[in-house]
Amino acid sequence: MQLQLSAEDAAFRDEMRTFFTTEVPTDVREAVAERRELTQDQLVRSQRTLNAAGLAVPHWPAEWGGRDWSALRRHIWHEEMQRACVPPPLAFNASMVGPVIATFGSQEQKERFLPATANLDIWWSQGFSEPDAGSDLASLRTTAVRDPSTGSGRAADFVVTGQKTWTTLGQYGDWIFCLVRTDPTVKKQAGISFLLIDMTSPGVTVRPIELIDGGHEVNEVWFEDVRVPADNLVGEENRGWDYAKFLLGNERVGVAPVGATKRVLAQAKQWAGSVSVGDGRSLLDDPLTAARVAELENELLALELTALRVVANSADGKPHPASSVLKLKGTELQQAVSELVVDLAGPASLASGAGDGSALPEWARRATPAYLNLRKASIYGGSNEIQRQIIAKTILGL
Amino acid sequence: MDFSYDDEQQALREAVRGLLSRSYADFENRRRAVAEDPGFDEKTWSRLAEMGVLGLPFAEEDGGMGAGPVEVGIVAQEVGRVLAPEPFLTSVVLAGGVVAGAGRSQQRAEVLGAVSSGDCLLALAHAEPGARWTPSATSVTATAASGGWTLSGVKEPVPHGARADLLVVSAALPERAGTGLFLVPPDAAGLSRTGYATHDGGRAARVDLDDVPATPLGAPGEDATAVLAFALDAARVAAANEAVGAMQVALQTTSGYLESRRQFGVPLKTFQALTFRAADMYVSLELATSLTAWATMVLAAGSPLEIAEAAARAGLQVARAGRHIGQEAIQLHGGIGMTAEYSIGSYTSHLTALEHLLGDAHLHLGRLAGAVADHDEVDPLQ
Ligand SMILES: Cc1cc2nc3c(=O)[nH]c(=O)nc-3n(C[C@H](O)[C@H](O)[C@H](O)COP(=O)(O)OP(=O)(O)OC[C@H]3O[C@@H](n4cnc5c(N)ncnc54)[C@H](O)[C@@H]3O)c2cc1C
Repeated sequence: MQLQLSAEDAAFRDEMRTFFTTEVPTDVREAVAERRELTQDQLVRSQRTLNAAGLAVPHWPAEWGGRDWSALRRHIWHEEMQRACVPPPLAFNASMVGPVIATFGSQEQKERFLPATANLDIWWSQGFSEPDAGSDLASLRTTAVRDPSTGSGRAADFVVTGQKTWTTLGQYGDWIFCLVRTDPTVKKQAGISFLLIDMTSPGVTVRPIELIDGGHEVNEVWFEDVRVPADNLVGEENRGWDYAKFLLGNERVGVAPVGATKRVLAQAKQWAGSVSVGDGRSLLDDPLTAARVAELENELLALELTALRVVANSADGKPHPASSVLKLKGTELQQAVSELVVDLAGPASLASGAGDGSALPEWARRATPAYLNLRKASIYGGSNEIQRQIIAKTILGL
Repeated sequence: MDFSYDDEQQALREAVRGLLSRSYADFENRRRAVAEDPGFDEKTWSRLAEMGVLGLPFAEEDGGMGAGPVEVGIVAQEVGRVLAPEPFLTSVVLAGGVVAGAGRSQQRAEVLGAVSSGDCLLALAHAEPGARWTPSATSVTATAASGGWTLSGVKEPVPHGARADLLVVSAALPERAGTGLFLVPPDAAGLSRTGYATHDGGRAARVDLDDVPATPLGAPGEDATAVLAFALDAARVAAANEAVGAMQVALQTTSGYLESRRQFGVPLKTFQALTFRAADMYVSLELATSLTAWATMVLAAGSPLEIAEAAARAGLQVARAGRHIGQEAIQLHGGIGMTAEYSIGSYTSHLTALEHLLGDAHLHLGRLAGAVADHDEVDPLQ
C-alpha cells in the first residue's frame, strides 16, 4: 500500500490538468460548469481537441489510438477531465462501440470505423432497448433477416425491421449499433446479433421523445425493411449477446461520474456561500446544510477510493464485478448532489423557464431541470435494481 | 379527535373531483393546458368559480362561502390528484388569504368578491431574489409621498404574476417600520411583468416595480409581517393537502404499472424488490396524510403559534414523503417515467415545486430544531 502518487504519475496529472484547462474550448467548459445542455457542435469540437492530443480513447488498443496507460493513469485522466468541466468523449463511441469493434470487429471494420469513431467524425447511437425489452434486453424483437437474392449464405444483406427506443441523442446519429434478432428459434440470448446500421439508410425514422425536464435527448428509432450490408455484422452471427455484455460492463464503469459529481458539489458550496440567510451569514454557515455537504463529500471520497481500488484490481481489462457498486453508488450520489442544489436554490428553483432576463441566478434556475433529468441515471446503463441483482448474484453468490 | 369528513365535506369532494376529472382525467388535457399561456384552462377556472370553490375560504360578508381549512384541504387534495394547473393554492388560498388577513372590510369585499366570482385572478408578489420564504420584504421598498404610496424593486418568482388581474405586493416600509402590503393593478405606471413556465408546468413571473403607484392594503403604513406569516402557514397546510393528493395518485399509478408492465415474461409485481418499495411508499404516504390532517385541524382551531408549528411539522413530513414517493415513482417505472408524455414525472416535478414554493424540509427542520428544548414531548391532542 502506498498513498503518494509516484513522481511520474504526479507529473502526468499536472500534464492532464494543464491540457484540459487550457486546450479545450472555453465555451464548452463554461456550458458544462453552468450545467447547460451541450450542443452537438460543442461535443464534436471538444472530442476532436482531445483526439488530436491522443486523449479521446486512451483505453483502446494502442494500434487504434490507445495509450497503454496504467489503470491509475486512466483514472487520473478521467477525473481531471471532469474536474476541468471537459465533457467526456461521447460514450457511445469511446466506451461502447469502439471497444466492441476493436475487440470483435474485422480488420476492415476497424479501419473503416475506429479512426472516425475516435474523432467523432461518425456519431454513434446505441440501439439496444425496445419498448418491451428494457431490463429484459434479451427479449428484443427487432429482426434482421438475410435476403438470399443479394448473395448466398454469409454474403447476403440483412433486412432489418422493428423499433428501438430511448435512443440517446439519436437525432445527431450518423450510425447506430443495434442488437437484432437473427435466430428466433433458439434461447433468446443465443439468437441475437450485433449490427452496424447507417442511419441515413432508407427506412430509418427517428422520432423525438420529450423528457420531464422539457429536453429532447432521447428518441424512438424505427426500422422498416432497412437494408444492411453483410459486412456490417460485427463478429459472428448470433453471438451479439456476448458482445453486448462486454459493452455493458464497460458502460457501467464509465457511468459513475465521480469527478463530475465532486465538481458539482464543490460548485454547490460556492452557491451555498452566495445565498444569504441574514445576519451576514450564508447557507454554507448553516449547520444543516453543512452537515449534508459533509455527508456527501465523505460518501464521494469513499466511492472515489473504491473506484481506485477496484480499478487497480482489474488488470486483465475486464470489468470487475464491483463495477456495479460504482454504477449504483455513483448515480445515487450524482442524484443526491443534484437534489442538494435544488434545495440550495430554494424558491428560485421554480424559475426554470425564466430566461436571462431573470433576477435569479442561472445555477438556481437550472437546478430542478438538472435534478429531474438525473433521475435517469439510476435507470439507464442497467438500472440500479439490476446492479443490485448483479452484486447479489455474481459477487455474493446469492 | 375525528379524522373523518362529514356528509357535506364528502359531497364537496365528490363535486370537485367530478369537475376536475372532466377536465384532467385524461393527462393529455393537462399537458395541453400547461403548454400554452396562461398555463391553465380558463373554462375550468370559471367552473370552479361557479361551484363556489374560489370563494371557499372567505367570509360570506366578503363575498365568499365561509368554509374552513378542512374544505380548502379537500379541494387542494383534488387539485393535487390530477395536477390541475389552476392557481387555487397561490391565487385563492395564498394571495386571497393575505387580503382576507390585511384588507379593510371594503377592500375585502371588493377584491375577495371578485376572486370568488372568478373575475379577478389575484397574485401575491412577495418572493424576492435572495430571500427564502421569509414573511417580510426587504428589497422592494415602499415610499410615502404627497400623492400617495409608490413601490420600487424586483419581485421574483411571482406565481401567475403575468396573468394576474391584480397584484398584492409586499414592500419594506419606510423607517424600518416592517413590511407593508399594497394592491397594484397590472396596468399601473412603472410596472412590468415577464412571465414564464415553471418546471412543473406552472407559471411565474418577474415583476419589476419602478416608482409604481400603489394602494395600501389595510391601514397605511401598518406592519403586515404577522399577516403574511399566517397566510404562508395556512397556504403550507393547503399545499400539504395538495401534495397528499398528488402522492396518492403517484402511488396508485405506480402500483398499476407494476401490475401491467411485463419484463422477463412476468409482471413487474413478481419482483419483491419492487413491491416492497411500493409498500414503503405507502408507509410514507400514510404518515404524511396523518400529519397533514392534523395540521389542517390545528389550522381550523389553533392559535397562530400552534398553527406555525403544525405547518412546519406537516411541511417537513410531506416534503420528505414527496421526495421519496416522487423519486421512487419514476424509478419503478423505468424509462417511461422520464417522459413528458406519461404522467408520473409531472407528479414528481409538481411535488418538488410545491415544496419550494412555500418552504422546504430544510426550512421546517431548521425551525423545529431550534425549538426542541422548548418542550418535553410533542402532544397532538391539545
Ligand atoms: C434517459 C435515458 C436514456 C437512455 N438511453 C439509451 C440509449 O441510448 N440506448 C438504449 O438502448 N437504451 C437507452 N436507455 C434505456 C435504458 O437502458 C432502459 O430504460 C433500462 O434498461 C430500463 O428498461 P425500461 O425502461 O424498459 O424499464 P423496465 O425494465 O420496465 O423496468 C421498470 C422497473 O422495474 C425494475 N426491474 C425490471 N426488472 C427487474 C427485476 N428482474 N428485478 C428487480 N427490478 C426489476 C427496473 O429496475 C425499473 O425500476 C435510456 C433510458 C433513459 C431513461
